[in-house]
Amino acid sequence: MRSSFGSFRFWAIGLASVWLTLFVFFPNLLVIFTSLLTRDPQATVSLPVNVDSYVRTLDVLYLQVLWDSLRMSLLAMVFCLLIGYPFAMAIVSLPKRWQPVILFLVILPFWTNSLVRTYAIQFILGNQGIINKSLIGLGLIDKPLQLLYTQFAVILGLCYILLPFMVLPLYSALEKLDIRLHHAAKDLGAGPLSRFWYITVPLTSPGIVAGCLMVLLPAMGMFYISDLLGGAKNLLLGNVIKTQFLHTRDWPFGSAFSVILIVLLGFMLWLYFRASRFVSKQGGLNGSDF
Amino acid sequence: MNEPRALLILNNLSKTYGSNRVLDNFDLTIFDGEFFTLLGPSGCGKTTVLRMIAGLEDTDTGNIQLENHDIGQVPAEKRPINTVFQSYALFPHMTVFDNVAFGLRMSGVAKEEIAPRVTEALEMVRLGEFAERKPAQLSGGQQQRVAIARAVVNRPKLLLLDESLSALDYKLRQQMQIELKRLQRKLGITFVYVTHDQEEALSMSDRVVVMNKGKVQQLGTPREIYEQPANLFVAKFIGEINQLVGEIVEIDGNHEYEVKVEGLQWRLHAEHNFKVGDKVNVLLRPEDVRVEYIDDPHPDQYLVGEVIERNYKGKTLDSLIRLPSGIEVIASEFFDEDDPSFDYSLNQKVAIKWVPGWEVVLPHEV
Ligand SMILES: Nc1ncnc2c1ncn2[C@@H]1O[C@H](COP(=O)(O)OP(=O)(O)O)[C@@H](O)[C@H]1O
Ligand SMILES: [Mg+2]
Repeated sequence: MRSSFGSFRFWAIGLASVWLTLFVFFPNLLVIFTSLLTRDPQATVSLPVNVDSYVRTLDVLYLQVLWDSLRMSLLAMVFCLLIGYPFAMAIVSLPKRWQPVILFLVILPFWTNSLVRTYAIQFILGNQGIINKSLIGLGLIDKPLQLLYTQFAVILGLCYILLPFMVLPLYSALEKLDIRLHHAAKDLGAGPLSRFWYITVPLTSPGIVAGCLMVLLPAMGMFYISDLLGGAKNLLLGNVIKTQFLHTRDWPFGSAFSVILIVLLGFMLWLYFRASRFVSKQGGLNGSDF
Repeated sequence: MNEPRALLILNNLSKTYGSNRVLDNFDLTIFDGEFFTLLGPSGCGKTTVLRMIAGLEDTDTGNIQLENHDIGQVPAEKRPINTVFQSYALFPHMTVFDNVAFGLRMSGVAKEEIAPRVTEALEMVRLGEFAERKPAQLSGGQQQRVAIARAVVNRPKLLLLDESLSALDYKLRQQMQIELKRLQRKLGITFVYVTHDQEEALSMSDRVVVMNKGKVQQLGTPREIYEQPANLFVAKFIGEINQLVGEIVEIDGNHEYEVKVEGLQWRLHAEHNFKVGDKVNVLLRPEDVRVEYIDDPHPDQYLVGEVIERNYKGKTLDSLIRLPSGIEVIASEFFDEDDPSFDYSLNQKVAIKWVPGWEVVLPHEV
């Protein structure tokens, strides 16, 4: 029994390690390496090794893109949190047997390709889209509003695609919350707002941080959303990378951006683990400290 | 002692979950400053009563008055009542200090006043040096004391304690019983204590209500409940009791009856009114039963039985004696090394008696 479990563990971990090495570690190594090479019109990339690509990313233009995409992603994250938290609370407050149904509905859109769903948003927001047509039909406006190809459209698209990633960790954190702590807080004089602020929020903070990262990290790279909804001006970091590889064919430069994105995401993950360790200490789970 | 003043009055409370009638026209008056205990088997509705008093559970019918004000519409957070929960329900993300300070902060007590009051409360439960720990870094007994400190620091009019000691091991529980009692005297706060442990209820309380299936069975001092149980349920729940069956053969007036028990006629006192021919239960606590050698001279009448089991319990020696009718009687006698007559052997025939008047006579029920 024990030894067969031991060998299962060996194979499971071994397979995962091989997989990660082959398809995550080596490709990333390749990207890092490429970012240090020189662009070559014939052979795509060539020696000598240098850091020119990194120096070029320091251009104001690209820093602006970096800043824009960080801001749009952060805004999308904040909106997802503001929508997702009450939503997750509402799910938890439902009878137990209804909760899986709602969760299923939350992840149902995953069954449709997100590119297709982004096109759908494009149709809704366009000058001939449902929103503009109905507003004009109602006589509220004369000319169509410019909804498509704005930052608003990009943020909306990001929120729409990424909301489930916010809701799921929040749901799992809220679902674990012990109702008896709420009763105790109530008994000690805490009204609904105080209970939310002093009990619910701190105890679900791992879910909040996880949800925020699950939205923020992918948002930076979702080039097709800004392609379809943002037009030429509202770029995400992912767009820059895509352009360098597919259009400009400047692989070292694109790789340099990829590396920057990876480092940025890694930094955020590191923050997350710091925060979750902090929270679990807060939760008193680290009794061994004493 | 002064005339007791009613602090809390429960009027006709009922509660039904689905088809399960958890509380049934439940009435109760709790006096100011007393240590009051709700005693009953698991599932009889004790926690439900506490939660209704705290405001954490709605009532189907009835009302609750605190100092003559109906508090039915007052939400839990506004009631001057605090609870020590069965599960403690300490906030895991807060230090001990913050847990205890929580109620004070919620009620807007001035900042300068909070720290001294929290410290005082923690000193009182002897946890002064644990203020900066998290609950998970404390033992069960310490967590329990934090829960008490967290509640009493608010100086509630009423402190509710739900099986607060039952999770502790025997020794700690005994110790905490004494501490709780001392704390209650010192603070002068009214305690409503819930337990299913009759020993705990008897040793700590000023008054006890025995409940079963959502109904009051008996209300009284521990002594009244132990010595004059109102019915068979109470008699059996409050410790071991021997149950003999008798029949009223004559009424001597003034609650004195001639009762036939195990073939002999006894003159017994009963609080109930019986007719001739009524069947009755004659109940005897094991420690009220006397066992003696048969060949000793006996001025009074006695029952004869056969010793079938003997259990040495440290302080007492318990003998199980079978009467000719097949009924088995437990006699619990204080162990006295110098008394040679204490040494019955198994299967020996012995005489059984009790001090007249120490029996309880109730209508027959099984
Ligand atoms: N929320 C609830 N829903 C359904 N039944 C409940 C609920 N709370 C308590 N009960 C039932 O009410 C009865 C009394 O419960 P409780 O007051 O907790 O008893 P006790 O504290 O005396 O053990 C039990 O039969 C229990 O199953
Ligand atoms: Mg209970």
